Amino acid sequence: MTEVMQSTEGPQVDEDTPLQLLAPDGSRVADARNAPYRARVADLDADALRGLLRDMVLVRAFDTEATSLQRQGELALYAPLLGQEAAQIGSGRAMAPQDMVFPSYREHGVAYTRGVDLPHVLQLFRGIDHGGWDSQAHNFHLYTLVIGSHALHATGYAMGVQRDGLVGTGDPATDTAVVAYFGDGATSQGDVSEALGFAAVNNAPVVLFCQNNQWAISVPTAKQSRVPIYRRGAGFGVPSIRVDGNDVLAVYAATQEALERARTGGGPTFIEAVTYRMGAHTTSDDPTRYRTAEEEQHWRDRDPIDRMRAYLVAEGLWDDAAQAELDAEAAALGERVRTYVKGLGRPAASSMFDHVYATDHSLVTRESAWFADYEASFAETQGGHR
Amino acid sequence: MPTFERFTMPDAGEGLTEADIVTWHVAVGDPVTVNQTIVEIETAKSLVELPSPFTGVVAEILTVEGTTVEVGQPIIVIDTDPTGTAGPADSGSAGAAAAAGAPVAAASDVAGVQGGSSSEAAEGESGAVLVGYGVATAGTTRRARRASEPAASAAPVASAAPAVPAAPARPDAVRQQGAPAPAVSAPIPPAVAAAGLTAPAAPAGRPASVVPALAHPVQSVTQVAPRPGTLAVRAKPPVRKLARDMGVDLSSVHATGPGGIVTREDVLAYSAQAQPRNLATYVDDDAPWLATGQVSSDGRQTRVPVKSVRKRTAEAMVASAFTAPHVTVFHTVDVTKTMRLVTRLREDREFSDVRVTPLLITAKALLLAVNRHPEINASWDETAQEIVYKHYVNLGIAASTPRGLVVPNIKDAHRLGLKGLAQGIADLTATARAGRTSPADMADGTITITNVGVFGIDTGTPILNPGEAAILAFGAIREQPWVHKGKIKKRFVTQLALSFDHRLVDGALGSRLLSDVAAVLEEPSQALVWS
Repeated sequence: MTEVMQSTEGPQVDEDTPLQLLAPDGSRVADARNAPYRARVADLDADALRGLLRDMVLVRAFDTEATSLQRQGELALYAPLLGQEAAQIGSGRAMAPQDMVFPSYREHGVAYTRGVDLPHVLQLFRGIDHGGWDSQAHNFHLYTLVIGSHALHATGYAMGVQRDGLVGTGDPATDTAVVAYFGDGATSQGDVSEALGFAAVNNAPVVLFCQNNQWAISVPTAKQSRVPIYRRGAGFGVPSIRVDGNDVLAVYAATQEALERARTGGGPTFIEAVTYRMGAHTTSDDPTRYRTAEEEQHWRDRDPIDRMRAYLVAEGLWDDAAQAELDAEAAALGERVRTYVKGLGRPAASSMFDHVYATDHSLVTRESAWFADYEASFAETQGGHR
Repeated sequence: MPTFERFTMPDAGEGLTEADIVTWHVAVGDPVTVNQTIVEIETAKSLVELPSPFTGVVAEILTVEGTTVEVGQPIIVIDTDPTGTAGPADSGSAGAAAAAGAPVAAASDVAGVQGGSSSEAAEGESGAVLVGYGVATAGTTRRARRASEPAASAAPVASAAPAVPAAPARPDAVRQQGAPAPAVSAPIPPAVAAAGLTAPAAPAGRPASVVPALAHPVQSVTQVAPRPGTLAVRAKPPVRKLARDMGVDLSSVHATGPGGIVTREDVLAYSAQAQPRNLATYVDDDAPWLATGQVSSDGRQTRVPVKSVRKRTAEAMVASAFTAPHVTVFHTVDVTKTMRLVTRLREDREFSDVRVTPLLITAKALLLAVNRHPEINASWDETAQEIVYKHYVNLGIAASTPRGLVVPNIKDAHRLGLKGLAQGIADLTATARAGRTSPADMADGTITITNVGVFGIDTGTPILNPGEAAILAFGAIREQPWVHKGKIKKRFVTQLALSFDHRLVDGALGSRLLSDVAAVLEEPSQALVWS
């Protein structure tokens, strides 16, 4: 409180320094650059601030449970988001219901903010479903496992939104933005560069949101780019910003700005959220082989949840009772995830014919009928069970 | 009532088929909660901690540390309702449910890996377990077609089994099981015989009779199906404790006590058998030398599968010895002044909390020598056809550990002062002895020291750690007559040997390096000149 807190003037900050509203110790940061962003979070009331912490804690509880379930043989694979909660919750909570999201495969936190029931996400990782949710009901596309390809899908979708006349009408209930989530590794894929090019020249209402979690599996960011990743945008003519991805308020503010630009016809934005994947790339990965304990500790000291909690405590918005209540809620979510996953049966083999095409298709219908006959020819037939 | 749940080895990576049990964090009788870490396993990819899927009390640990376990094989049994009391009928159905629910191990494991199976059989309530347990690789089984199809009636045996999920699976699996069953030495209670009629014994060799046996409804199977078998190992608490303290898996111990109880003597006998033994002193004195081994058919040899650290050591040594042409040079050196320095440093307050050894001075001498001849600190990249010179020294120290030979290295050792180096060596050896050396600790070494002197050996011709160009063997230090200043004196003398990769290191370079190491050991003050 002794610092120059609310003044709009403050120390000058280099563009390469990630935008920050909360320091790792939870104190507010005020500098010349972040003044407009401070204004964007000024209207978040106590409940909204507490809600951000709650979201992050619940998503982490889900993440922990899912990781354990994989270790217990209940999931074939799992991609943990541990450490990236602020980047996902902050950006997800900045969106409007009509906005459309194209995630990669680690965006469980964003899925949660889009109203996807988290246990459903695990149907994919258990290997019994290609998705697990209705992407149109949540405006949250299915996970894309191919690295970076969906940056193009999102850009194309945004160009469609544009042509539907859902941009720049001034109606906040219909003006739509599209967000693509990808990682630092994806920026080395041609698709992301192509998406930046298309988005820029078409002025597409898309936000290209890069969670730079420092590691593309075992390849560090230093081997992906000679310059900070956010600077890629400038070369394409896309406004870009580097934000502290472990600062949920900064991410919220930066994403809100980008979404507004998109919805009002201002075109694309490239956001680099600097964060850290505290867990493994997936449960098949062993990060101790390529990174040091010191590095992990460095980032553990910048934990997004600890930061937000410290801020709330300092502001008098959080106490032990609230924490206990949240812990109980998190434990209950973990339990619900476990019960749900263990109760998932095998899908009927005939379900493989569903969703091949959006509408009826004569060949698929024929093959489906043949398969049903074939199944019926066995003495003991129980759907897809062997 | 007690409800027994099995935890089967999961696939902790994508498409792994097996994993080694490294450390159990729980023992029989311990309470566990959901997601508590219970065991550490090592897969082909990584060390992984497995969390418990159940809350309860550990009823049985089915796999011994150090064994390789197939994915899908049960590794632990947890009683999820330990406060209840068992009713005989209930325990039967609970066990059956557990057995049916758990993915079952591949048939081929039953006799070999799953040490518990014979004692299961001996325990006896479990005729069906003999076949039901560890059998069902039902995945590729053909399903029966409807009777209307002519093929169905012609298709004999194979058709019956998969129809009933909980039932004892395919006849061929049954046949495999048939063999081990009679070999069980413990008395077989009547229950087994009775159960045997319903399923397992009959089919061996006579497929025709299988059909009626297996055609029994599921119900009859579940009625005889017992608790999961290895729960059945019986031993008194002190014996269980002894087994736990000795790291012996009770289910693999041959029981000689009344009623199939494992006695203290059985555990001791098993433990003795797990050590390498003397040569056979009289005819028929052949027993497996190691618990993991099997006596060959002529009874004259023990064969132990090669795995884990031993396997990797072998691969590394073969790769190194047959790709890098090794040359070894030797140097005998008077290290009396080094010994004086060691004595002095041991009394130095600054070194009071670290161990000062001749190895430490040797490591420092090697680092100084490498600094003068950095070309030695390199590796050969065959695919790129390049020599890779390292700007750093990750100093490997070969360590003999309970799990075998490991060569962890001290990262950036060239930046460490003598005290930091001492600390590094201490940490590294402590980690290695505790068996906690991680793959990262062993990766990217640039040069290695092997301290053969600790075994009282003068010297040797060490094999290069793969990816490195030189390795220094440090022999035992002995007091010997030595010509010192023109007179024969009693001096501390040792031998150094340096092996190097002759593809990238010429004799001159290797010799100069070794001679510099020797110069520092002979006159430690030389370090002042070179550092």
